[in-house]
Amino acid sequence: MTSSTTTAGVQSGGSNSPPAAIELKGISKAFGLVQANKDVSIKVEAGSIHGIVGENGAGKSTLMSILYGFYEADEGTIHIDGNKVEIKNSNDAIAAGIGMVHQHFMLVDTFTVLENVMMGAESGALLRDSVVAARRELERLEKEYALHVDPDALASDLPVGQLQRVEILKALYRGARILILDEPTGVLTPQETDQLFRILGALKDQGVTIILITHKLREIMDVTDNVEVMRHGKMVAHRVTAETSKEELAELMVGRKMRTDLQKQDAKPGDVALVVENLTVRDGYGIAKVDNVSFEVKAGEIVGVAGVSGNGQSELLEALSGITPIDDGRIIYDGTDITPSRPTDPAAVRHMSVGHVPEDRQRLGMITNFEAWESSILGHQRSPEFQKGLFLDPHTVKTHCKSLMEQFDVRPPTPDIKSANFSGGNQQKLILAREIERNPKVLLVGQPTRGVDIGAIEFIHRQLVELRDKGGAVLLISVELDEVMTLADRILVMFEGRIVAQVAGDKADERMLGLMMANAMTDENSNEVSA
Amino acid sequence: MSASPVKPLPRWIDVGLIPVLNILMALFVSGLIIFAIGEDPWEAVKIMAYGALGFDEGIGYTLYYTTNFIFTGLAVAVAFHTGLFNIGGEGQAYIGGLGVGLFLLAFDTAMPIWLLLPLGIVVAGLFGAAWAAVPAYLQAYRGSHIVITTIMFNFIAAALMVYLMVNILIKPGQMSPQSVTFDKQSHLPFMSDVFGWFGMEIARTPLNITVFWAIICCFGLWAFIWRTKWGYETRAVGYNERAAVYGGVDPKRTIMIAMFISGGLAGFVGLNEIMGVHHKLLLNFTAGYGFTGIAVSLMGRNHPVGIVLASLLFGILYQGGAELAFEMPSITREMVVTIQGLVILFSGALAYMSVPWVSKIYNYLAADKPVAVEGEA
Repeated sequence: MTSSTTTAGVQSGGSNSPPAAIELKGISKAFGLVQANKDVSIKVEAGSIHGIVGENGAGKSTLMSILYGFYEADEGTIHIDGNKVEIKNSNDAIAAGIGMVHQHFMLVDTFTVLENVMMGAESGALLRDSVVAARRELERLEKEYALHVDPDALASDLPVGQLQRVEILKALYRGARILILDEPTGVLTPQETDQLFRILGALKDQGVTIILITHKLREIMDVTDNVEVMRHGKMVAHRVTAETSKEELAELMVGRKMRTDLQKQDAKPGDVALVVENLTVRDGYGIAKVDNVSFEVKAGEIVGVAGVSGNGQSELLEALSGITPIDDGRIIYDGTDITPSRPTDPAAVRHMSVGHVPEDRQRLGMITNFEAWESSILGHQRSPEFQKGLFLDPHTVKTHCKSLMEQFDVRPPTPDIKSANFSGGNQQKLILAREIERNPKVLLVGQPTRGVDIGAIEFIHRQLVELRDKGGAVLLISVELDEVMTLADRILVMFEGRIVAQVAGDKADERMLGLMMANAMTDENSNEVSA
Repeated sequence: MSASPVKPLPRWIDVGLIPVLNILMALFVSGLIIFAIGEDPWEAVKIMAYGALGFDEGIGYTLYYTTNFIFTGLAVAVAFHTGLFNIGGEGQAYIGGLGVGLFLLAFDTAMPIWLLLPLGIVVAGLFGAAWAAVPAYLQAYRGSHIVITTIMFNFIAAALMVYLMVNILIKPGQMSPQSVTFDKQSHLPFMSDVFGWFGMEIARTPLNITVFWAIICCFGLWAFIWRTKWGYETRAVGYNERAAVYGGVDPKRTIMIAMFISGGLAGFVGLNEIMGVHHKLLLNFTAGYGFTGIAVSLMGRNHPVGIVLASLLFGILYQGGAELAFEMPSITREMVVTIQGLVILFSGALAYMSVPWVSKIYNYLAADKPVAVEGEA
């Protein structure tokens, strides 16, 4: 039992420390020719928060899927609390005390929180007994970990932050002592992220072991005790969080020095390219999601829209791109008016030289079942350059796709691969390539780097600035404050569908934007900063 | 599925070996049933194979059935690529036949055959398409589910045909609800006639030149779906409607186009039956081809090549099954339907059942390939 602890001499614990909560030894896993994990070994101390960072496709999710029983490793062993275990499916994992909170929630919308939590773990044939038992257990968990969720609320009525708590509760309800969180903050607002981290702290205090997978280095620095860095399927470094820095981790992840700051010149705004006047968009219930919004974007500038997600940014983007009809006000592109009585559609908007990189690339920006060359002309499928008589010309389209891939460093640069099989960053680069390639007068961009690895983020940012410098008007909607502050020449802050503040890009700081996003700025303060 | 470490199989196994294995498994289970009722399964297989493929008359019938299955299979496939399940092939085929019938009742002597044929194709297609267009409209613009509406339209088509045949189109002075026979010059040439032109003699079967049109439709549909912007948009809507909207595609219009084509293809069954075989309007000439088309499309993976192969298989089952019921009195027509059902079950619903162990064997053999080759030599 003690033999396993002596192997890692760098650990601060002595030889009489308890066995690691999880120890993976020599895990290898290949998918066809792709070696997703190669001789990976990690050791996670009980009651610690252990971060795993790495670029997209570095093998983090595969490793966790092996631990959770979705895949079987080709080689290697898993030890829980010092005992070797076989995990062939998720039931084995749950039995071993492992719980997983997926990036995409696995909840039934029409069930209540209580029903979701007990689903699959009902205690008997009669539902009523289970409900009573589950409610009691839920109350206990709530008290113990400060995890408050209304047990009778419908899942569909809850914001994402709460849904995530339900996922955590689900795992704990099944007796998890080890919790794996896969990119948990991807969908959260900064406030929700803070709350999540408080919860993780409470869990840790109660002795729960947590594995946190993320690309966000700040989160690693904030909450973890130890951190592993993965690159190309291999574990390349282990650090005690307190003894490392964001910069060092970033370098380890990408394997090279990277610039932390994007160099860009001052904007040279030209003519107005996009005017939005008193724009209002209502949802199916008549609630104004975009509420009387007015702004303009000039050629040669990047206007950032900051805001906590869910404050009307998505609706604004869909209205501007012609996907949803507008209810009031008007949008003017290059002299063409779009009003409720003169609606438009995405094809028409594209014809006005407007590019659109949508927020949700997999559900909107590409068709994952299409091969990359097919996705590379989505929106331009009727363009004459791709036709030969009545027919689409695959040769021309593939050549075109190949050149886009080379210009935008899409890896692998192979047009015949299914769109779904590219990593998030490469999918995004392909979409960006498609939308930027025609030098649009206006580019609408939503969350350009969500779920994208650091190397690709830098590349994408540079492309946006380049388009600006060529005279494109860019409207950037992002929940990443860093991103908005890095890129935008002017920043608009959205709150509950309205634009509550406007500030010059170089005058903004995180604290100020945070206050604006929460609409907590006092009047004097906001007057001070309005441009 | 996700838990099994399956390496991607080579294409020849995926689209070649696995379907063959599925059919063999279906035949094996059928054999058990035939054995259970006291007949010799091997004998039954021989009768089926010989009945379907062993002599010119059998082949003729097999290909005649195949023609109808190709039309209805393609019809289901094109709707499927748009994410729609067209269960209404039966009704669309019926109305397509009605269209051809009405056209020939009016013009059978007014035009030469070389004009009647293309116009017949157009009329059959348009009538079938129009019958599909109503459910398509209701789906696209009113949100009524197309599975429900196409099923209902099958019943409406059947009722309409009975009404027309009994009350209006019936040949005066007879009991059976059939129209007058069209003029001989409007009949499509049978294949036996075509062979006759070249001095070859084959048995006369319902197989007529419509089979060529079926093959042309296969090429046409392949080109439409994979090689045109409309086909691109059709598939885009089928895979992901929101992304299609983002890409400037109007899903409503796309649904209309796809269903129009789907209905038209089903309508060509009417061309084969009315203009090619019966030469008069009558009831129930669709004989379930529309429904079998669903299985054909499923088995053919919604691809024209697969649909031709699946149609051929079903043609063999139909013709061979009929011979079997004739030759082995204890095997009834219903028993033949059971065998067809087993083929659909194994090729459709259980299509991927054999994948895990096939891939295991393949991986094992692939790893030891040199040894295996030497062992065989």
